[in-house]
Amino acid sequence: MIRIENISKRFRKLQVLDSINATFSSGEVISLIGPNGSGKTTLIKSILGMVRPDSGKIIVDNTPINGDPSYREKIGYMPQIGRYPDNMRIGQLFKMLRNIRNVSESKTDNDLIVSFELEKIAEKPMRTLSGGTRQKVSAAIAFLFNPPILILDEPTAGLDPLSSEILKEKIIQEKQKNKLILITSHILSDLDEITTHIMYLQEGRMLFFKDIELLKEETGELRLGKAIARVMKGENFGNEWIDRMFDITTEKNKS
Amino acid sequence: MMKLSKYVLYDILKNKIIIAYTLFLFIVSLSMFQMEDNSSKAMLSLLNIVLIVLPLVSLIFTTIHYYNSYEFIELMSSQPMSRTKIILSEYAGVSISLLSAFWVGVGLPVLLFAADDTGFALLFSGTCLSLVFTSIAFFASVLARDKARGIGLCLLLWFYFALIYDGIVLLILFTFSDYPLEKLTLLLTALNPIDLGRIFIMLKMDISALMGYTGALYKDFFGSSTGVLFTTGIMLIWITLPLWLAERRFKKKDL
Amino acid sequence: MRFLFFAFTIALITDTYARVIPVGTGKTFSSVKKAVEQAKDFDTIKVYNGTYKEGTIAITKQITVIGQDNPVLDGENKYEILVVSGKNITIKGLYFRSSGYSSMNDFASLKVVDCLNVTIENNSIFNAYFAIHISNSTGVTIRNNKITGSPKSEQLTGNGIHLWKSGNALIENNTVYGHRDGIYFEFVTSSLIRNNWCEKNIRYGLHFMFSNDDSYHNNTFRDNGAGVAVMYSKRVVMEKNHFEKNWGPSAYGVLLKDITDSRMIGNKFTKNTTGIHMEGSSRMDIEKNTFSANGWAIKVQASCDDNYFHHNNFTGNSFDVGTNGTMVLNKFENNYWDKYDGYDIDKDGTGDVPYHPVSMYSVITEQNPNALILLRSFTVQLLDKAEKAIPSLTPENLIDTKPKMKPNKL
Repeated sequence: MIRIENISKRFRKLQVLDSINATFSSGEVISLIGPNGSGKTTLIKSILGMVRPDSGKIIVDNTPINGDPSYREKIGYMPQIGRYPDNMRIGQLFKMLRNIRNVSESKTDNDLIVSFELEKIAEKPMRTLSGGTRQKVSAAIAFLFNPPILILDEPTAGLDPLSSEILKEKIIQEKQKNKLILITSHILSDLDEITTHIMYLQEGRMLFFKDIELLKEETGELRLGKAIARVMKGENFGNEWIDRMFDITTEKNKS
Repeated sequence: MMKLSKYVLYDILKNKIIIAYTLFLFIVSLSMFQMEDNSSKAMLSLLNIVLIVLPLVSLIFTTIHYYNSYEFIELMSSQPMSRTKIILSEYAGVSISLLSAFWVGVGLPVLLFAADDTGFALLFSGTCLSLVFTSIAFFASVLARDKARGIGLCLLLWFYFALIYDGIVLLILFTFSDYPLEKLTLLLTALNPIDLGRIFIMLKMDISALMGYTGALYKDFFGSSTGVLFTTGIMLIWITLPLWLAERRFKKKDL
Repeated sequence: MRFLFFAFTIALITDTYARVIPVGTGKTFSSVKKAVEQAKDFDTIKVYNGTYKEGTIAITKQITVIGQDNPVLDGENKYEILVVSGKNITIKGLYFRSSGYSSMNDFASLKVVDCLNVTIENNSIFNAYFAIHISNSTGVTIRNNKITGSPKSEQLTGNGIHLWKSGNALIENNTVYGHRDGIYFEFVTSSLIRNNWCEKNIRYGLHFMFSNDDSYHNNTFRDNGAGVAVMYSKRVVMEKNHFEKNWGPSAYGVLLKDITDSRMIGNKFTKNTTGIHMEGSSRMDIEKNTFSANGWAIKVQASCDDNYFHHNNFTGNSFDVGTNGTMVLNKFENNYWDKYDGYDIDKDGTGDVPYHPVSMYSVITEQNPNALILLRSFTVQLLDKAEKAIPSLTPENLIDTKPKMKPNKL
């Protein structure tokens, strides 16, 4: 579904992304992890076309992204920080988004609006909302148009446990619909139940991108968190499967 | 595009600053007309509002609005919507709300108390200046990296257009007073929208004095409809050029 | 007394012999010229509707020529139409068309030379070089005439009503369009000019020189090439006239050049580039005039002294007073200036601080006319404010010591 070919991005002196290669397919749930400033958000924004990479190519659904915004119809995005116009009401925001895409209310996925009980506060202006409620709104927007690709930037960061659970349930549901789901997070425990792959970024470089089962096998740990921790500690591990996943990188390295 | 600007407009019209600005203009204009026995003196005060306050408010408000809606603009750009559409919608929303404030605040009193040539010239200039400085502010905001720099840049631009520029022109006029400067002065005024707006009002308010010009060029220019065409044309350039530059910059910008 | 009685008796007797001579197709005469030749003193020639092309008709007898239903006297662009000299002559109700042009002589549609008591009334004059030309005459009345020229250059167009070396004239209710000067006086004394309307003349609406003791009332001078110019005259009274929309670098509502001991009362100056331009004038009394929307309400050159400006209203002028010097020998008092922003603590209707009618920027534009383009800009307003606080460029003693808080009632 998404192929990232040799993406690099530099903000002034800082190399935010350094020759990233990856292929994401439908049905996968990819956890994008790494410390702050590792380039997770930049990578996501590159896929969304919000950041223009200095070099490389991003191909979504067999079409390289080039300026034509229509490919974003296939992507639902939940930003890290959701801020909305102060005086816009929640109801209006959804109405506006449906309006822009010309989709009627009955045809949108309103599950999260219902389960987060956003309808009850539909008349509230955005400026009165708490950070958590805004997160709920952001989440609901991401799923609104039933897109085949979901990109969620720190989705559970500001949510209470209950809402967090609701969101997770929703993600699992969507996973079962064979969608591609891309999640950034640094709270590892949240993710292990649904994640299929882990991509680890550090200082703009992709350290590894692994199938979670393989990773567990490799590190011999049951809990994903510990597995990651071990990886982060820089332990050496068998590289055969990495070669398999990274075939593009290795090819490049060879040449 | 109208879909988005409709909501942007809706949001701004409820903005406290815009409401305060409208009220301020309305009360000031009304009291000018109430206080003065002849409307010409009131018009003089309104001239200052149009030439000084209007550009300042347009610049600052637009910049603040841009940075406050930054996350919203991000969200919009994750939608299947081109950047051009987004920034033009934002421009339409901001400029229409600033214009409404001007028309209600100044337009109504002028229509009530001084619906003559000078009044209409004032409204025309005010309208143009609102649009021009909103456009310039968009360019400045897109250029600047953060809110503080953006506002700083706007203040600088305001100082330049409202005060420094005319000082420089005066200096040039006196330094080179032995040379025929008519064409140069005409050119110089075109390079500052505030001067252009001022002269457009002067064409009505001070036509008697302007006809005292010795140069044939001025007499032809001011005496005919060329002046109106010239002003409108240059104003249009002043509206579209910064907006176009802002759009170009915004398209390439990393959000 | 005896002389008067005698004259009266003669008049009575001759009057009994006065005839009415009709001119027109099917009338006693078909030619005005013939009728004039046949006429005797005190006769009336009645010219009926028709077009008469008879070259120049000269009248020297004491007769009255009356047009019935607008008869047309056509000069065919060659001739002077009517030349009058003598006394007690009346010309009424004629339509003069296309008199001739001469670069040597002042060709006129109606020329009055060396006359006493001539009345010119209800005539229309169209497309003339000079329209009505009076010289060396006394007691001329010019009333209700409509004069329309077809303006070319200043050289090719003559004056509408032109008086030279005359006295006791009465000029009223005339309209003059499109001539060189609307009304022109040179060496004309003790005359009254009222209710006339002069518009779109290519030079001056009213132009007089060396004409003392004249009065001008209720006239309107509008949109003339250079406004009104009055020069080298004494004891002139100008009252309740309107000077409007006289635009141009050297156009003035009124140009006063070497005028002394004269009065301007209750006039209205509206939308002129300069309302009053004064040079070499003294002992003028300028009161109760209204100056509105002029470029400069008044320009007083340094050569003027002893003039007294009081109880005038100044509103909406770009500049109130301009001057070219720093010495000011004129007095301003009790005027209303809309730009005055002083206060009146004792509530006597007069501001407590004097008003400086000469703004700094008016001095600057006097030196550098191009700077006018920056008028009303923020920068210039700041400069003006600074100048008010610390005067340096503007004449310090040109002040209105008693500026009014409210407009004077006129």
